[in-house]
Amino acid sequence: MNTTAAQNLATLEQAQEMGLRPEEFDQIASILGRTPNFTEMCVYSVMWSEHCSYKNSIKWLKTLPKDGPHMLVKAGEENAGIVDIGGGLGCAFKIESHNHPSAIEPYQGAATGVGGINRDIFTMGARPIAQLNSLRFGKLENPRTQWLLNGVVKGIGDYGNAFGIPVVGGEVFFDESYQVNPLVNAMSAGILNVDEIISAKAKGPGNPVYIVGSSTGKDGIQGASFASKDITDDSANDLPSVQVGDPFQEKLLLEASLELAKTNAIVGMQDMGAAGITCSTSEMSAGGGVGMDINLDLVPLRQADMRPFEILLSESQERMLVVVKKGEEEVVERIFDKWDLNAAKIGVVTEGGTLRYFMNGECVSEIPAESLVLGGGAPVYEREYAEPQYFRDLQNFKISDVPEPKDLVVVARQLISTPNIASKRWVWEQYDSMVGTANMNTNRPSDAAVVNIKGTNKAIALTVDCNARYVNNDPEKGTAIAVAEAARNIVCSGGEPSAITNCLNFGNPYNPEVYWQFVGAIKGMSAACLKFNTPVTGGNVSFYNQTTKEDGSSSPVFPTPTIGMLGVLKDKSTHTTLDFKYKGDLIFLLGESKDDINSSEYLASIHGIRLSPAPHFDIEEEFRLQQCIKDLIQNNYLNAAHDISDGGLYTCLVEMGLVSGLGFDIVSDSEVRKDAFLFGESQSRVIVTVTEDYEEEFLDMVGEHNVPVTLLGHVTKGKLVVDGEHFGFIEDIRPLYENAIGNVMSK
Amino acid sequence: MKFGVVVFPGSNCDEDMVFVLEQTLDQKVEKLWHKDRDLKGCDFLVLPGGFSYGDYLRSGAIARFSPIMDEVIAHSKRGGYVLGVCNGFQVLCEANLVPGALLHNKQRKFICKNTHILPQSNLAIISSGLEVDRALKIPIAHGEGNFYADSDTLKMMNDNDQIIFRYCDEEGHITEASNPNGSIENIAGVCNAQGNVFGMMPHPERAADFDLSNTDGREIFESILAGITV
Repeated sequence: MNTTAAQNLATLEQAQEMGLRPEEFDQIASILGRTPNFTEMCVYSVMWSEHCSYKNSIKWLKTLPKDGPHMLVKAGEENAGIVDIGGGLGCAFKIESHNHPSAIEPYQGAATGVGGINRDIFTMGARPIAQLNSLRFGKLENPRTQWLLNGVVKGIGDYGNAFGIPVVGGEVFFDESYQVNPLVNAMSAGILNVDEIISAKAKGPGNPVYIVGSSTGKDGIQGASFASKDITDDSANDLPSVQVGDPFQEKLLLEASLELAKTNAIVGMQDMGAAGITCSTSEMSAGGGVGMDINLDLVPLRQADMRPFEILLSESQERMLVVVKKGEEEVVERIFDKWDLNAAKIGVVTEGGTLRYFMNGECVSEIPAESLVLGGGAPVYEREYAEPQYFRDLQNFKISDVPEPKDLVVVARQLISTPNIASKRWVWEQYDSMVGTANMNTNRPSDAAVVNIKGTNKAIALTVDCNARYVNNDPEKGTAIAVAEAARNIVCSGGEPSAITNCLNFGNPYNPEVYWQFVGAIKGMSAACLKFNTPVTGGNVSFYNQTTKEDGSSSPVFPTPTIGMLGVLKDKSTHTTLDFKYKGDLIFLLGESKDDINSSEYLASIHGIRLSPAPHFDIEEEFRLQQCIKDLIQNNYLNAAHDISDGGLYTCLVEMGLVSGLGFDIVSDSEVRKDAFLFGESQSRVIVTVTEDYEEEFLDMVGEHNVPVTLLGHVTKGKLVVDGEHFGFIEDIRPLYENAIGNVMSK
Repeated sequence: MKFGVVVFPGSNCDEDMVFVLEQTLDQKVEKLWHKDRDLKGCDFLVLPGGFSYGDYLRSGAIARFSPIMDEVIAHSKRGGYVLGVCNGFQVLCEANLVPGALLHNKQRKFICKNTHILPQSNLAIISSGLEVDRALKIPIAHGEGNFYADSDTLKMMNDNDQIIFRYCDEEGHITEASNPNGSIENIAGVCNAQGNVFGMMPHPERAADFDLSNTDGREIFESILAGITV
């Protein structure tokens, strides 16, 4: 190291300002055997941030099941997990958060979240074919929520629509806990030939290292550190921490990368997300047990006078790091020239595991790559956790404390038009859901998105699920429910659950009660993933999601471990849809009605009670139900299947009726309170319709599976009837359901 | 008979168009790269949907100046067939190959959904083979699809049978409620005065595969194939 760089030593004060803890600063000095200079300290500060190092979560993440018979690339091995879907094809899929940037600048925050997750997929050589997203906001009537919702939806739409990958599914949920800190989780799934997987490991000393794609600017510097602290009113001052997206560049980068993947010219490739050049060079080096010499003078810049730490930490979007086989440089340069993108050779792979960055002829930083990364030298912490008082308090809730409303017809109309239950059409019509001509749900809606794999007999099923109110009220059970519901959605669509990706959105991990929620969520997820044989392939953790109140106090968002699940339809003709097909079809409930309104939308929005235990859930019951439905679908006994989730049985039936404008005539269960029967969210229940001709075979098969079954009634031409009481016509309900969100947003 | 699908940087419906023409309609197809000037002997050119050159200035405004467009324009002047879908329609308008312009949707939002359109013109082979009273379910996906032309141009287009599709409801009624984007006179697609260049905002290639359970778009391609005499 030359004298100038060595003299510019970092101070503890600077390190703390960059988010490092005093003991971490000492640890860096002990790794290097000297005090780090300012640039090196910056490199450590981003690589050891929560966002990159998972230092407060990795201990528990390691307990999640990650093995499965069809895993090609397991969690932690590469940028995303890859699942074998048969026929020589693999599916790479992953979900990631972009919460903090979206809280400050919803449009760019959400847009770059979409860009980042898609790059994770195509960096591996997979062509993205479907996107989903999971969004949480504060109360819809709040003007700031409307500003955030508008910006996030436009950001996702503008980026994804131009990039050209359809949004095929998602969820939107409103609760006051997200008022300041919305959650924006984006998921992408891509398909590749299993023999064309691109690694993210650098190998072969002497091989050249390229940066390709966009130029590097000052945007998003220290985004990773920014994502690792609480959102406050001052966060807008962090605006340069938010990156700016360019979907056109991303589209070119996609095509160029996939063209490159077909050649024999590359050793490894990694996208530049959080911590930019720093993260990609250190992770690729550590992954391959090598080092790199990188000359920052050679990085194409979009502005003059950038200092070494700015180039290293920039999170300018639409860039990749590529390690090329020596002698094949021309292949890479030709492809990127064709697509009018930069491809600049900025360094070389070296032996020995040391990362050296040079600028103006000086070595500005010299660090062992391994010491920077997760699984290497990055710190790992055990955090304390403690059961919160609210959890003990809510155990006292009893349904008998809640008076049953007299007029359930009125309640039904109110519930169907609450933002959490009403159609999210206003949102998803702004996304291109059909580009790629593979979305099989456009004309045949089902619980999970079903996406055609052209040229094969297969399709994949995708869903994102998490009822965060359940998780808040019982983290372990609530998260198990999220996994179970995801699997149920896939099964009801005719698929076989295969694997999950997760996006774990929580508050500040240094709060023992938040950490208790996190630990519970991991335990619940593990148990359910084992039961449904759906290993965890990866994902991300987003801590520090807090809503700061006017008095300065801060409270965590609802714990939100979003589950993104992949399923496979070996034969796409098993695709089963949720809509009523024919007047006169019999309507059956599979599963049991319970006297249970716990944690329901009904209890929260009609009675204003957010805290109550999670609804009834028994994992064995759930498993039997799903096996039964699979069997029924394979035997072609079902005309429709739709799982009962938010809003309960009534909402489920209305959703089944709206597609083709049909109604229902049903009787309730005299053992159960009628509001619980109609609006309760007790788990492990599915509504199916069956033609009378198949009734007997259907009932026999359900009996074999030992699943409770009730004949509720039949499909009508449009009238909704419960116990002889007229609940209106489906076409009267349609505007309440379809326009509720649009009406608020267009005010 | 050979189709040529132009690929601009930022095109994203090019593969969908190629898939439909090649796989479901069994036609010969060449991709034509925007930097090239060679039409590779194609008889029927398609400008696909997408965001050519990012569409940062105005949709289609940059693509119109690409090298391949010189050849597309020359082809059309020779009477050769050209179809522009969505962004391709926007490029045709920018290049003055069809009359009118495409403004931001009335709602100022991108909209993607199924719409219905009614065939209107006997002049153009794209609609001449279709039943005049049957609405076709064809999806749209655009932010700038609000067709506009001044009253003289509109009159000329109507007199000359240049309106090929209008938005309508499921039963084929051309109503305000069935107009998804504010297009003047519910116009969803138009052709030039000679009837050899067609532009439309809805995506017929998104409604042509049996796996997607809507094949109304196939009928549009079949009308083209039936009308072509090469």
